[in-house]
Amino acid sequence: MHDLKPVTALGGSEPRVDTFAHVTLSENDGLVLASVAARLGQEDRCHSVIAKMLGAVPGPGQAVLHDPETGFWMGPDQWMISAPKTSHPLLADDLKQRFGDAASITEQTGAWACFDLQGPGMVDVSERLCAAPVRRMQAGDAQRTVIHQLGCFVIRGADADHLRILGPRASAGTLHHALVTAAQSTA
Amino acid sequence: MIIQHPLLGPRDAAEFTYMGDAKLIDRPDWQSETAAQDFYAYGYLRDNPAGWHKELWFHEAGDRSWLVVTRNTVTHEISEVALARDVARARGRSK
Repeated sequence: MHDLKPVTALGGSEPRVDTFAHVTLSENDGLVLASVAARLGQEDRCHSVIAKMLGAVPGPGQAVLHDPETGFWMGPDQWMISAPKTSHPLLADDLKQRFGDAASITEQTGAWACFDLQGPGMVDVSERLCAAPVRRMQAGDAQRTVIHQLGCFVIRGADADHLRILGPRASAGTLHHALVTAAQSTA
Repeated sequence: MIIQHPLLGPRDAAEFTYMGDAKLIDRPDWQSETAAQDFYAYGYLRDNPAGWHKELWFHEAGDRSWLVVTRNTVTHEISEVALARDVARARGRSK
């Protein structure tokens, strides 16, 4: 009999939290993700399903911080949808039911590690990390950028001092190292 | 060099990867009488202009869209940027 234990992206049994004087870096293990890519000729139908689900269709560089589902634009006719793991454990299956053949849905939870950076020093830390203009970005702005040679998404949350970072899960340790280093160097 | 992305605005060229001559969009008809010659030219023959050139750029560290960038190879001036899919559709592709 197997005795399997779920682990977080960093390999712990509990999400890692690093607290600094000016910022808190929290591993977020409570998120499920799925990508939505509109199929050729089905773009309008796909848009209407997204609008119904989120209240609006995220445009280029934008996220819609809807509750419980959040969505952000990844590329032309492509979006990432996220939701809490507790309420939406089978998000990709749910989305497939909603979109039918209007879009291709891919489970993405296992591909990404999520870190929440929050505190008065958030902008200073993020400026050390990536070229995305985080200081200028508004709540609900989402961009893909490069952090420590890793392709990551940065999303400004509803709280002015909150930045969500999605990076490749296979390199979660590397990304965490880069985030901690930047936090230490701005403390 | 800054590339004016049609959707995301000005972006540093370091976010992009150069993917070759934009003529790669014009894949020859495989049923044509001259298909062998056409595919030889498509696969191997490139112009190397000193001046204006239409190029494919891939936004690898961004939204991963493919762009057709009209760039002057002498001055690096960029006169036009379009999504490659719009260019291809305008030529009757992807229908």
